[in-house]
Amino acid sequence: MTAETAPAAPVTADIAKHPPSLRTLFFAFAKMSLSGFGGVLVFARRAIVEEHRWMTAEEFNETFALCHFMPGPNIVNLSLVFGSRLRGIAGGLAAFAGLLGPPTLLVTGLAAIYGHFGQVDALRRVLAGVSCVAVGLLASAVFRMMSPLLKKRDVLGLMVMLAVFAAIGLARLPLPAVLLAAVPLSLAVTYAKLRWAR
Amino acid sequence: MSGDDNPLFQLFWTFALISLFAIGGANAAIPELHRIAVDVRHWMTDKQFADAFAIAQLSPGPNVLIVTLIGYSVAGVAGAAAATVAMCGPTAALAYVVSRWLSNVRDARWPAVLQASLVPLSIGLMAASALILVQASDRTWPAFLLTVVAAAVASITRVNPLWLLAAGGCLGFAGLL
Repeated sequence: MTAETAPAAPVTADIAKHPPSLRTLFFAFAKMSLSGFGGVLVFARRAIVEEHRWMTAEEFNETFALCHFMPGPNIVNLSLVFGSRLRGIAGGLAAFAGLLGPPTLLVTGLAAIYGHFGQVDALRRVLAGVSCVAVGLLASAVFRMMSPLLKKRDVLGLMVMLAVFAAIGLARLPLPAVLLAAVPLSLAVTYAKLRWAR
Repeated sequence: MSGDDNPLFQLFWTFALISLFAIGGANAAIPELHRIAVDVRHWMTDKQFADAFAIAQLSPGPNVLIVTLIGYSVAGVAGAAAATVAMCGPTAALAYVVSRWLSNVRDARWPAVLQASLVPLSIGLMAASALILVQASDRTWPAFLLTVVAAAVASITRVNPLWLLAAGGCLGFAGLL
Protein backbone atom coordinates (compact mmCIF):
# COMPACT_ATOMS: atom_id res chain seq x y z
CA MET A 1 0.00 0.00 0.00
CA THR A 2 3.02 2.28 -0.03
CA ALA A 3 3.54 2.36 -3.78
CA GLU A 4 2.11 5.89 -4.05
CA THR A 5 5.79 6.84 -4.37
CA ALA A 6 5.83 6.05 -8.10
CA PRO A 7 3.90 8.75 -9.94
CA ALA A 8 2.88 7.64 -13.45
CA ALA A 9 6.31 6.74 -14.74
CA PRO A 10 6.78 7.69 -18.39
CA VAL A 11 8.78 4.54 -19.17
CA THR A 12 6.48 1.61 -19.95
CA ALA A 13 8.96 -1.09 -19.00
CA ASP A 14 9.17 0.17 -15.40
CA ILE A 15 5.60 -0.91 -14.69
CA ALA A 16 6.72 -4.32 -13.52
CA LYS A 17 8.99 -2.74 -10.88
CA HIS A 18 6.67 0.08 -9.83
CA PRO A 19 3.10 -1.14 -10.15
CA PRO A 20 0.35 1.38 -9.34
CA SER A 21 -1.09 1.32 -5.83
CA LEU A 22 -4.44 -0.29 -5.09
CA ARG A 23 -5.93 3.16 -4.59
CA THR A 24 -4.64 4.31 -7.97
CA LEU A 25 -6.12 1.21 -9.61
CA PHE A 26 -9.48 1.69 -7.90
CA PHE A 27 -9.80 5.35 -8.88
CA ALA A 28 -8.50 4.81 -12.42
CA PHE A 29 -11.14 2.15 -13.06
CA ALA A 30 -13.85 4.20 -11.32
CA LYS A 31 -13.01 7.10 -13.60
CA MET A 32 -13.13 5.08 -16.83
CA SER A 33 -16.36 3.48 -15.72
CA LEU A 34 -18.08 6.76 -14.85
CA SER A 35 -16.98 8.36 -18.14
CA GLY A 36 -18.25 5.37 -20.08
CA PHE A 37 -21.65 6.35 -21.36
CA GLY A 38 -22.69 3.74 -23.89
CA GLY A 39 -19.72 1.48 -23.21
CA VAL A 40 -16.57 1.55 -21.12
CA LEU A 41 -14.16 -0.14 -23.54
CA VAL A 42 -13.08 3.04 -25.36
CA PHE A 43 -12.31 4.78 -22.08
CA ALA A 44 -10.54 1.74 -20.67
CA ARG A 45 -8.28 1.55 -23.70
CA ARG A 46 -7.51 5.26 -23.52
CA ALA A 47 -6.74 5.19 -19.78
CA ILE A 48 -4.74 1.95 -19.71
CA VAL A 49 -2.77 2.37 -22.94
CA GLU A 50 -2.43 6.11 -23.51
CA GLU A 51 -2.89 7.88 -20.20
CA HIS A 52 -1.22 5.56 -17.69
CA ARG A 53 0.84 3.48 -20.15
CA TRP A 54 0.17 0.35 -18.14
CA MET A 55 0.05 -1.77 -21.29
CA THR A 56 0.99 -1.49 -24.96
CA ALA A 57 -1.83 -1.46 -27.51
CA GLU A 58 -1.00 -5.06 -28.48
CA GLU A 59 -1.03 -6.27 -24.88
CA PHE A 60 -4.36 -4.57 -24.36
CA ASN A 61 -5.87 -6.17 -27.46
CA GLU A 62 -4.64 -9.58 -26.41
CA THR A 63 -6.02 -9.23 -22.88
CA PHE A 64 -9.32 -7.89 -24.15
CA ALA A 65 -9.66 -10.68 -26.71
CA LEU A 66 -9.40 -13.23 -23.93
CA CYS A 67 -11.95 -11.40 -21.77
CA HIS A 68 -14.28 -10.99 -24.72
CA PHE A 69 -14.42 -14.68 -25.51
CA MET A 70 -14.86 -15.72 -21.93
CA PRO A 71 -18.47 -15.62 -20.77
CA GLY A 72 -19.75 -12.66 -18.80
CA PRO A 73 -19.54 -8.88 -19.16
CA ASN A 74 -16.18 -8.51 -20.87
CA ILE A 75 -15.03 -5.18 -19.49
CA VAL A 76 -15.68 -6.48 -15.96
CA ASN A 77 -13.60 -9.56 -16.75
CA LEU A 78 -10.88 -7.25 -18.01
CA SER A 79 -10.76 -5.27 -14.77
CA LEU A 80 -10.07 -8.35 -12.64
CA VAL A 81 -7.61 -9.91 -15.09
CA PHE A 82 -5.75 -6.66 -15.67
CA GLY A 83 -5.64 -5.51 -12.05
CA SER A 84 -4.34 -8.85 -10.86
CA ARG A 85 -1.64 -8.80 -13.51
CA LEU A 86 -0.27 -5.59 -11.98
CA ARG A 87 -0.84 -6.22 -8.28
CA GLY A 88 -2.03 -9.75 -7.66
CA ILE A 89 -5.50 -10.67 -6.46
CA ALA A 90 -5.81 -7.49 -4.36
CA GLY A 91 -5.09 -5.38 -7.44
CA GLY A 92 -7.69 -7.33 -9.39
CA LEU A 93 -10.29 -6.76 -6.71
CA ALA A 94 -9.43 -3.04 -6.48
CA ALA A 95 -9.94 -2.60 -10.23
CA PHE A 96 -13.12 -4.73 -10.17
CA ALA A 97 -14.56 -2.71 -7.28
CA GLY A 98 -13.62 0.57 -8.93
CA LEU A 99 -15.26 -0.40 -12.20
CA LEU A 100 -18.49 -1.70 -10.68
CA GLY A 101 -18.97 0.06 -7.35
CA PRO A 102 -19.66 3.69 -8.26
CA PRO A 103 -21.93 3.03 -11.29
CA THR A 104 -23.83 0.36 -9.37
CA LEU A 105 -24.55 2.87 -6.58
CA LEU A 106 -25.69 5.39 -9.18
CA VAL A 107 -27.96 2.93 -10.98
CA THR A 108 -29.41 1.75 -7.67
CA GLY A 109 -30.32 5.38 -6.99
CA LEU A 110 -31.97 5.62 -10.41
CA ALA A 111 -33.82 2.37 -9.70
CA ALA A 112 -35.20 3.88 -6.48
CA ILE A 113 -36.35 6.97 -8.38
CA TYR A 114 -37.97 4.77 -11.03
CA GLY A 115 -39.65 2.77 -8.27
CA HIS A 116 -41.23 5.95 -6.90
CA PHE A 117 -41.99 7.85 -10.08
CA GLY A 118 -42.09 5.13 -12.75
CA GLN A 119 -45.85 5.52 -13.07
CA VAL A 120 -45.72 9.30 -13.57
CA ASP A 121 -46.91 9.96 -17.10
CA ALA A 122 -44.15 12.38 -18.16
CA LEU A 123 -41.41 10.00 -17.04
CA ARG A 124 -43.08 7.09 -18.80
CA ARG A 125 -43.14 9.04 -22.06
CA VAL A 126 -39.49 10.14 -21.74
CA LEU A 127 -38.35 6.59 -21.02
CA ALA A 128 -40.37 5.27 -23.94
CA GLY A 129 -38.47 7.63 -26.25
CA VAL A 130 -35.13 6.78 -24.68
CA SER A 131 -35.70 3.06 -24.99
CA CYS A 132 -36.59 3.33 -28.70
CA VAL A 133 -33.23 5.00 -29.31
CA ALA A 134 -31.36 2.60 -27.01
CA VAL A 135 -32.64 -0.34 -29.05
CA GLY A 136 -31.60 1.45 -32.25
CA LEU A 137 -28.07 1.84 -30.84
CA LEU A 138 -27.95 -1.87 -30.10
CA ALA A 139 -29.10 -2.65 -33.65
CA SER A 140 -26.35 -0.44 -35.09
CA ALA A 141 -23.77 -2.29 -32.97
CA VAL A 142 -25.06 -5.53 -34.50
CA PHE A 143 -24.69 -4.13 -38.04
CA ARG A 144 -21.14 -2.98 -37.31
CA MET A 145 -20.15 -6.40 -35.99
CA MET A 146 -21.82 -8.13 -38.92
CA SER A 147 -20.15 -6.17 -41.71
CA PRO A 148 -16.78 -8.03 -41.57
CA LEU A 149 -18.64 -11.32 -42.01
CA LEU A 150 -20.49 -9.90 -45.02
CA LYS A 151 -17.30 -8.47 -46.50
CA LYS A 152 -15.46 -11.75 -46.15
CA ARG A 153 -18.52 -13.61 -47.51
CA ASP A 154 -18.21 -15.89 -44.50
CA VAL A 155 -21.25 -18.04 -45.35
CA LEU A 156 -20.72 -20.49 -42.51
CA GLY A 157 -20.41 -17.69 -39.98
CA LEU A 158 -23.53 -15.98 -41.29
CA MET A 159 -25.45 -19.26 -41.13
CA VAL A 160 -24.41 -19.83 -37.51
CA MET A 161 -25.42 -16.25 -36.73
CA LEU A 162 -28.85 -16.68 -38.34
CA ALA A 163 -29.43 -20.03 -36.63
CA VAL A 164 -28.67 -18.56 -33.20
CA PHE A 165 -30.84 -15.55 -33.96
CA ALA A 166 -33.76 -17.77 -34.98
CA ALA A 167 -33.40 -20.12 -32.01
CA ILE A 168 -33.16 -17.36 -29.40
CA GLY A 169 -35.01 -14.42 -30.95
CA LEU A 170 -37.83 -16.16 -32.83
CA ALA A 171 -38.27 -19.55 -31.14
CA ARG A 172 -37.33 -18.14 -27.70
CA LEU A 173 -35.45 -21.28 -26.72
CA PRO A 174 -33.47 -21.22 -23.46
CA LEU A 175 -29.94 -19.86 -23.89
CA PRO A 176 -28.05 -22.73 -22.18
CA ALA A 177 -29.63 -25.35 -24.43
CA VAL A 178 -28.92 -23.37 -27.58
CA LEU A 179 -25.30 -22.68 -26.65
CA LEU A 180 -24.59 -26.25 -25.59
CA ALA A 181 -25.50 -27.24 -29.13
CA ALA A 182 -24.15 -24.22 -31.02
CA VAL A 183 -20.73 -23.73 -29.40
CA PRO A 184 -19.33 -27.23 -30.09
CA LEU A 185 -20.87 -27.24 -33.55
CA SER A 186 -19.44 -23.84 -34.45
CA LEU A 187 -16.02 -24.78 -33.06
CA ALA A 188 -15.95 -28.03 -35.03
CA VAL A 189 -17.05 -26.40 -38.28
CA THR A 190 -14.57 -23.53 -37.92
CA TYR A 191 -11.70 -25.83 -37.05
CA ALA A 192 -12.47 -28.07 -40.01
CA LYS A 193 -12.68 -25.07 -42.31
CA LEU A 194 -9.31 -23.69 -41.12
CA ARG A 195 -7.61 -27.06 -41.56
CA TRP A 196 -9.11 -27.50 -44.98
CA ALA A 197 -8.07 -24.02 -46.09
CA ARG A 198 -4.46 -24.67 -45.24
CA MET B 1 -37.57 -24.99 1.09
CA SER B 2 -36.58 -21.75 2.79
CA GLY B 3 -33.57 -21.27 0.51
CA ASP B 4 -35.74 -21.58 -2.56
CA ASP B 5 -38.18 -18.95 -1.33
CA ASN B 6 -35.52 -16.40 -0.44
CA PRO B 7 -35.56 -13.85 -3.29
CA LEU B 8 -31.89 -12.92 -2.79
CA PHE B 9 -30.86 -16.53 -3.12
CA GLN B 10 -33.01 -16.89 -6.22
CA LEU B 11 -31.57 -13.72 -7.77
CA PHE B 12 -28.02 -14.80 -7.08
CA TRP B 13 -28.47 -18.25 -8.57
CA THR B 14 -30.35 -17.04 -11.60
CA PHE B 15 -27.84 -14.36 -12.58
CA ALA B 16 -24.74 -16.41 -11.80
CA LEU B 17 -26.05 -19.09 -14.12
CA ILE B 18 -27.03 -16.68 -16.89
CA SER B 19 -23.64 -14.94 -16.76
CA LEU B 20 -21.85 -18.19 -17.53
CA PHE B 21 -23.72 -18.36 -20.84
CA ALA B 22 -23.28 -14.67 -21.72
CA ILE B 23 -20.82 -15.17 -24.57
CA GLY B 24 -19.94 -11.83 -26.12
CA GLY B 25 -20.91 -9.62 -23.20
CA ALA B 26 -23.97 -8.48 -21.35
CA ASN B 27 -26.05 -7.59 -24.41
CA ALA B 28 -25.83 -11.19 -25.58
CA ALA B 29 -27.55 -12.26 -22.36
CA ILE B 30 -30.57 -10.01 -22.78
CA PRO B 31 -32.87 -12.63 -24.36
CA GLU B 32 -32.22 -14.96 -21.45
CA LEU B 33 -32.58 -12.16 -18.87
CA HIS B 34 -35.89 -11.24 -20.50
CA ARG B 35 -37.08 -14.84 -20.65
CA ILE B 36 -36.32 -15.47 -16.98
CA ALA B 37 -37.35 -12.09 -15.52
CA VAL B 38 -40.53 -11.56 -17.56
CA ASP B 39 -41.77 -14.95 -18.77
CA VAL B 40 -40.56 -17.47 -16.18
CA ARG B 41 -40.33 -15.67 -12.83
CA HIS B 42 -42.69 -12.75 -13.55
CA TRP B 43 -40.39 -10.36 -11.73
CA MET B 44 -41.30 -7.49 -14.07
CA THR B 45 -43.45 -6.62 -17.09
CA ASP B 46 -42.29 -6.29 -20.67
CA LYS B 47 -42.52 -2.51 -20.33
CA GLN B 48 -40.51 -2.44 -17.10
CA PHE B 49 -37.84 -4.55 -18.78
CA ALA B 50 -37.61 -2.11 -21.69
CA ASP B 51 -37.40 0.77 -19.19
CA ALA B 52 -34.61 -0.99 -17.30
CA PHE B 53 -32.65 -1.37 -20.54
CA ALA B 54 -33.16 2.32 -21.30
CA ILE B 55 -32.03 3.42 -17.82
CA ALA B 56 -28.97 1.17 -18.02
CA GLN B 57 -28.07 2.70 -21.39
CA LEU B 58 -28.48 6.21 -20.00
CA SER B 59 -26.15 5.49 -17.09
CA PRO B 60 -22.38 5.43 -17.23
CA GLY B 61 -20.61 2.18 -16.54
CA PRO B 62 -20.65 -1.28 -18.06
CA ASN B 63 -23.96 -2.08 -19.77
CA VAL B 64 -24.36 -5.13 -17.55
CA LEU B 65 -26.03 -2.81 -15.04
CA ILE B 66 -29.48 -3.74 -16.36
CA VAL B 67 -29.23 -6.65 -13.89
CA THR B 68 -28.83 -4.14 -11.05
CA LEU B 69 -32.21 -2.68 -12.01
CA ILE B 70 -33.84 -6.10 -12.25
CA GLY B 71 -32.40 -7.02 -8.84
CA TYR B 72 -33.71 -3.79 -7.33
CA SER B 73 -37.21 -4.37 -8.61
CA VAL B 74 -37.24 -7.81 -6.97
CA ALA B 75 -35.60 -7.17 -3.61
CA GLY B 76 -34.57 -3.52 -3.21
CA VAL B 77 -31.00 -2.44 -2.52
CA ALA B 78 -29.92 -5.92 -1.36
CA GLY B 79 -31.39 -7.37 -4.55
CA ALA B 80 -29.52 -4.84 -6.68
CA ALA B 81 -26.23 -5.79 -4.98
CA ALA B 82 -26.89 -9.54 -5.18
CA ALA B 83 -27.78 -9.42 -8.88
CA THR B 84 -24.73 -7.32 -9.78
CA VAL B 85 -22.26 -9.46 -7.85
CA ALA B 86 -23.76 -12.69 -9.20
CA MET B 87 -23.65 -11.47 -12.79
CA CYS B 88 -20.04 -10.21 -12.58
CA GLY B 89 -18.19 -12.16 -9.90
CA PRO B 90 -18.13 -15.78 -11.10
CA THR B 91 -17.27 -15.00 -14.72
CA ALA B 92 -14.53 -12.53 -13.76
CA ALA B 93 -13.03 -15.20 -11.48
CA LEU B 94 -13.20 -17.67 -14.36
CA ALA B 95 -11.49 -15.21 -16.72
CA TYR B 96 -8.78 -14.71 -14.10
CA VAL B 97 -8.14 -18.43 -13.76
CA VAL B 98 -8.06 -18.95 -17.52
CA SER B 99 -5.70 -16.01 -18.07
CA ARG B 100 -3.31 -17.43 -15.47
CA TRP B 101 -3.47 -20.80 -17.14
CA LEU B 102 -2.93 -19.34 -20.62
CA SER B 103 0.18 -17.46 -19.56
CA ASN B 104 1.75 -20.90 -19.10
CA VAL B 105 0.33 -22.51 -22.22
CA ARG B 106 1.05 -20.63 -25.42
CA ASP B 107 -0.62 -21.88 -28.54
CA ALA B 108 -0.81 -19.41 -31.40
CA ARG B 109 -3.69 -21.13 -33.14
CA TRP B 110 -6.51 -21.36 -30.57
CA PRO B 111 -7.43 -17.66 -30.36
CA ALA B 112 -8.12 -17.52 -34.12
CA VAL B 113 -10.29 -20.64 -34.03
CA LEU B 114 -12.14 -19.49 -30.92
CA GLN B 115 -12.71 -16.02 -32.33
CA ALA B 116 -13.88 -17.25 -35.73
CA SER B 117 -16.37 -19.63 -34.12
CA LEU B 118 -17.70 -17.44 -31.31
CA VAL B 119 -18.09 -14.09 -33.09
CA PRO B 120 -21.04 -15.26 -35.25
CA LEU B 121 -22.68 -16.70 -32.13
CA SER B 122 -22.46 -13.47 -30.20
CA ILE B 123 -23.73 -11.41 -33.16
CA GLY B 124 -26.71 -13.76 -33.42
CA LEU B 125 -27.37 -13.34 -29.70
CA MET B 126 -27.17 -9.55 -29.91
CA ALA B 127 -29.50 -9.50 -32.92
CA ALA B 128 -31.98 -11.56 -30.90
CA SER B 129 -31.62 -9.04 -28.06
CA ALA B 130 -32.47 -6.22 -30.43
CA LEU B 131 -35.56 -8.07 -31.69
CA ILE B 132 -36.83 -8.79 -28.18
CA LEU B 133 -36.31 -5.19 -27.10
CA VAL B 134 -38.04 -3.89 -30.25
CA GLN B 135 -41.05 -6.01 -29.39
CA ALA B 136 -41.00 -4.78 -25.79
CA SER B 137 -40.54 -1.07 -26.45
CA ASP B 138 -41.75 -0.18 -29.96
CA ARG B 139 -45.50 -0.31 -29.46
CA THR B 140 -46.40 2.26 -32.12
CA TRP B 141 -45.28 3.01 -35.67
CA PRO B 142 -43.61 6.34 -34.76
CA ALA B 143 -41.71 4.51 -31.99
CA PHE B 144 -40.50 1.88 -34.44
CA LEU B 145 -39.53 4.59 -36.92
CA LEU B 146 -37.47 6.32 -34.21
CA THR B 147 -35.60 3.06 -33.54
CA VAL B 148 -34.82 2.65 -37.24
CA VAL B 149 -33.63 6.26 -37.57
CA ALA B 150 -31.46 5.97 -34.43
CA ALA B 151 -29.92 2.74 -35.77
CA ALA B 152 -29.19 4.39 -39.13
CA VAL B 153 -27.71 7.57 -37.62
CA ALA B 154 -25.53 5.59 -35.19
CA SER B 155 -24.33 3.36 -38.03
CA ILE B 156 -23.26 6.05 -40.46
CA THR B 157 -22.14 8.90 -38.18
CA ARG B 158 -19.91 9.11 -35.12
CA VAL B 159 -22.33 11.23 -33.09
CA ASN B 160 -22.19 10.66 -29.32
CA PRO B 161 -24.95 8.16 -28.42
CA LEU B 162 -25.97 10.35 -25.47
CA TRP B 163 -27.31 13.00 -27.87
CA LEU B 164 -29.44 10.42 -29.62
CA LEU B 165 -30.78 9.13 -26.29
CA ALA B 166 -31.55 12.70 -25.21
CA ALA B 167 -33.33 13.39 -28.49
CA GLY B 168 -35.42 10.26 -27.99
CA GLY B 169 -36.33 11.40 -24.49
CA CYS B 170 -37.46 14.79 -25.81
CA LEU B 171 -39.58 13.24 -28.57
CA GLY B 172 -41.16 10.94 -25.99
CA PHE B 173 -41.81 13.82 -23.59
CA ALA B 174 -43.47 15.77 -26.40
CA GLY B 175 -45.89 12.88 -26.78
CA LEU B 176 -44.94 12.06 -30.37
CA LEU B 177 -44.47 8.31 -29.90
